[in-house]
Amino acid sequence: MKLRTLTLGLLSASALAFAAHAESITIATVNNGDMVRMQKLTDDFTKANPDIQLNWVTLEENVLRERVTTDIATKGGQYDVMTIGTYEVPIWAKQSWLLALDKLGDDYDAKDIIPAIAGGLSVDGKLYAAPFYGESSFVMYRKDLMEKAGLTMPDAPTWDFIKQAADKMTDRANGVNGVCLRGKAGWGENMAFLTAMSNSFGARWFDENWKPQFDQPEWKNTLQFYVDLMKADGPEGASSNGFNENLALFQQGKCGMWIDATVAASFVSDPKNSTVADKVGYALAPDNGLGKRGNWLWAWSLAIPAGTQKAEAAEKFVAWATSKHYAELVASKEGWANAPPGTRSSLYANPEYQKAAPFAKMTLDSINAADPTHPTVKPVPYVGVQFVAIPEFQGLGTTVGQLFSAALAGQSSVDDALKQAQDAATATMTEGGYIQ
Amino acid sequence: MARAVTTQHKTIATAAAWIVALLIFFPILYTVITSFKSEQEAIQGFNLFPSGTTESYSEVQAQSGYFKFFLNSVLLSVGSTILALLVAIPAAWSMAFSPTKRTKDILMWMLSTKMMPAVAVLFPIYLIFRDTGLLDSRIGLMIMLMLINLPIVVWMLYTYFREIPGEILEAARMDGASLWNEIVYVLTPMAVPGIASTMLLNIILAWNEAFWTIRLTTTEAAPLTAFISSFSSPQGLFWAKLSAASTLAIAPILIMGWFSQKQLVRGLTFGAVK
Repeated sequence: MKLRTLTLGLLSASALAFAAHAESITIATVNNGDMVRMQKLTDDFTKANPDIQLNWVTLEENVLRERVTTDIATKGGQYDVMTIGTYEVPIWAKQSWLLALDKLGDDYDAKDIIPAIAGGLSVDGKLYAAPFYGESSFVMYRKDLMEKAGLTMPDAPTWDFIKQAADKMTDRANGVNGVCLRGKAGWGENMAFLTAMSNSFGARWFDENWKPQFDQPEWKNTLQFYVDLMKADGPEGASSNGFNENLALFQQGKCGMWIDATVAASFVSDPKNSTVADKVGYALAPDNGLGKRGNWLWAWSLAIPAGTQKAEAAEKFVAWATSKHYAELVASKEGWANAPPGTRSSLYANPEYQKAAPFAKMTLDSINAADPTHPTVKPVPYVGVQFVAIPEFQGLGTTVGQLFSAALAGQSSVDDALKQAQDAATATMTEGGYIQ
Repeated sequence: MARAVTTQHKTIATAAAWIVALLIFFPILYTVITSFKSEQEAIQGFNLFPSGTTESYSEVQAQSGYFKFFLNSVLLSVGSTILALLVAIPAAWSMAFSPTKRTKDILMWMLSTKMMPAVAVLFPIYLIFRDTGLLDSRIGLMIMLMLINLPIVVWMLYTYFREIPGEILEAARMDGASLWNEIVYVLTPMAVPGIASTMLLNIILAWNEAFWTIRLTTTEAAPLTAFISSFSSPQGLFWAKLSAASTLAIAPILIMGWFSQKQLVRGLTFGAVK
């Protein structure tokens, strides 16, 4: 009995002592493959920093966005590190909600971060979030079906070529659709694709005076081309397909081409889950000869809210998770192909990575081809390739996404959808005080 | 005049009841079926026969420990129910046995609070929780869940109490019972079935509450609703894992409901037919 009491006492004393020393930081994140992998590898961090404990909160993307916004706007202090995207960083940094990341250590080598990505995460030259993985979008296509159609995919195709190839590859009797594109409504779903696509058609959301531009011919050309292409060569029920639905279709061999996130390359080329793993080729997102391609730019990044009490520990963690060392750690445990892509130039210079990831060069070229500050042909007053980095965009983008999704489903005409989009955007921008 | 109930009628009624029950239960059944599929199978369209793999369950368990979330769900639902009963029994007693002109209005007003969308008060509540240090605390969430379910609890108890003849309470008073003794020794034992079914329903409502339990917690107080939410993925396939997480989350409450179905049904239909 005495021994038990003594042991218990000693255990609680040591637990108390540990608790007194250990600082715990709370990290909010999304359930992406790369994020889940990081959670498994944190032993490497806690071994080097035994005084820091990590608590993870994983949430669905939209819930995370809402949850983190509530917390940061009220200075609730529930999170010390948060996973946010290129959309939030410029807006939040301007509100002074984020700490500038200028103390990530001497060996962090911030200059190694791919310039296009760093540009999207910086305000006035200061980095406000460290990219964990970056992505653009490109064309993934079935080499075998392309060959059967008697065509050769160029490295940098045009939209006309995509249409021609899609028409030839479509074989509905055998369940093959020429092209699979996003149709599900949402600012991060169909509007990410369509906004990026519209850039290559020379369209823009707003002119220099924030006047909505859906009544301009460039948008009409974009939407008409998209709807016609999908009607002729897209899968059935495309208006409810997002990233995951198209991924499943492509993996099952039901798509000739799929234009989507570069991160999808590692899924479609994985023989465990993909029936077409050895038949996939990659090309840059299409253009129309106007000097802009239809690819986007996104980076899931780690940021530190300005209200945290544990800035130092949070900085240590962010530096670890986005370092060159972390990429090497992943490579040593799970192979180079699984290293988080799209953030550091050094990764793309690494011959081992190039060998393990056949899509590496195309990913880097795609990322470099996107410019968040000059996304489209004409000048714009906003930052963002497939979004407009203003707080109103989430709501407005989703509304417009619903209108365009309805046009794809045949519930309304392209002209009606554009007219309603113009009205909705005008109302939002007037309410927000951007225009009179 | 009594209606003749033929065997044929009975059979049709039973079959209809089964069909309706199956229709209502089907989404849950399909969730369970999907949880035993691989991710590839899960997304390949409608299929009632899974390959029987349990990989989703092991992945879900490996990714985030189930038990901590489960424990929070139990504590929150039971705790908030006890709190709600402590407040609602006296409230329902006074409304049932000493009604005033405004009692009906008060009851309606209480119910009307349920008609407001929760998100409308997210910011005020979040600020109150932040300033009182209740963010991510079990006690804060218990109070929140208690307040959300209070109108329903008061309404249900009020309906049961009204079924109890006031004369019995009067007799107790004649015998010299104090107010406390009247509620504890006379009213409560007579209303046990009603209180039990109210309790069960309230536990189920609190268990399933997913707006506040996700928004007011981070790690310490997060219940199973937060556990489920963490398996939806913006990039990658997750239907089987999400189904496994949902099955694990609803299993305890489903089992509890199964065992207490008699009380539940009795409670829910009590007072419906005079």
